[in-house]
Amino acid sequence: MPRPPSEAPLLGIEDLAGRRGDRLLFSGLSAVAAAGEALRVSGPNGCGKTTALRIVCGLLRPEAGRIRWRGRTVSEPPGDPGWRRELAFVGHHEALKDTLTPLENLRFARALRGARAPCRPEEALERVGLAAERDTLTRELSAGQRRRAALARLLLDDAVLWVLDEPAAALDREGTTLVESLCSEHASAGGALLFTSHQPLVLASGRVRELRLGDG
Amino acid sequence: MATADSLAFGGGAFAAVVRRDVRSALRRPAEAATPVVFFVVVAAVFPLGTGAGPATLAAVAPGALWIAALLAALLSLDRLFREDLEDGSLDQLLLSPHPPALLAAGRITAHWLLTGLPLLVASLPVAVLLALPARSLPTLLGALALGTPVLSLAGAIGAALTAGVRGRSLLLPLIALPLLVPVLIFGTLAVRAAAIGVSAAGPLYFLAALLALALTLAPFATGAALAVGAE
Repeated sequence: MPRPPSEAPLLGIEDLAGRRGDRLLFSGLSAVAAAGEALRVSGPNGCGKTTALRIVCGLLRPEAGRIRWRGRTVSEPPGDPGWRRELAFVGHHEALKDTLTPLENLRFARALRGARAPCRPEEALERVGLAAERDTLTRELSAGQRRRAALARLLLDDAVLWVLDEPAAALDREGTTLVESLCSEHASAGGALLFTSHQPLVLASGRVRELRLGDG
Repeated sequence: MATADSLAFGGGAFAAVVRRDVRSALRRPAEAATPVVFFVVVAAVFPLGTGAGPATLAAVAPGALWIAALLAALLSLDRLFREDLEDGSLDQLLLSPHPPALLAAGRITAHWLLTGLPLLVASLPVAVLLALPARSLPTLLGALALGTPVLSLAGAIGAALTAGVRGRSLLLPLIALPLLVPVLIFGTLAVRAAAIGVSAAGPLYFLAALLALALTLAPFATGAALAVGAE
């Protein structure tokens, strides 16, 4: 379970610059997120939202600037292995194997991350409305169902920071509500969020701060 | 206690990667069988293509068998990390609390179980097709048991380096071949020695040394290449 909220910000983004190939996408990006807060990265297509998210996760190196987690710099070597346990990422791609069932995919994710949350894969699938499809091969699921299965992964561990790249993509109205309630619960349990979304996501609790890229 | 716990945790993740890969590959049996079928086909058309009699055939058979094994391994290596990269699984592997080398080792183990091990079994009928003398069969099996893991290990470095490169189909053989050729040389030497009835210990020791080297280096090199390749 996420730790109780504290005054110090959990996530700090300091003067971040990101590059894709030869193109500098953004620079001077700064923000903080405390427990219970959400940061929404917004901006037009191609402005570097996904790049910014991947830099925060440590999957890409920043061109300049740094990422802090609980006050420690995590974006430079040697890094902090403990930080990766506190981070959960759902990207553009669902990271599901087509030839496995959603349940098998989730069991794998749980074994990989270590089982620390009380939520079992079966319960996580039920929560996202995939209880009936848990033993269907993932390749037979619709785009929206795959997205739900990917979101179920968030419930399996007790990550404090959720990084979500378009979590509501391909989801219907009901699915968007599901994302909103998952995120709200996470924020009210003292977690932090960093996400991009073309659809407006309304969180019941906690503050959502806008982080605009690609202006001017 | 903490070390014992983290060892068990790491071992659990390693086993989970192996299990996932094997299970997901076996659900696509046609694709999983491709390397071994390729191996048998290449070895089967070899006598037809050369038109050689049994004596000549037995002399070139060890080389032909190893070339077929090497090509079969190359064929399957191309896919080793590409799918993980494209479906986002690689991100999840890299974001797990485990070192990339451990997860790379899991994938490599699964690759060997899916290609190396079936090759070992298929090598027996293939040896008969190529008129290899029966006395060389134990050496052949031993050499393949030592050599095919090296093909998976060293090939994985190349596969990890080229996973994100577009138009990589030519790049992988270019990068991987220099790493794989020693296996071909010593594997062929061992089988040839056994076929003419002299001791194959020398080349077998070399294969064992290559395996020890690959086992200790390849997972780390592959893991590092994957971490860079994710960018």
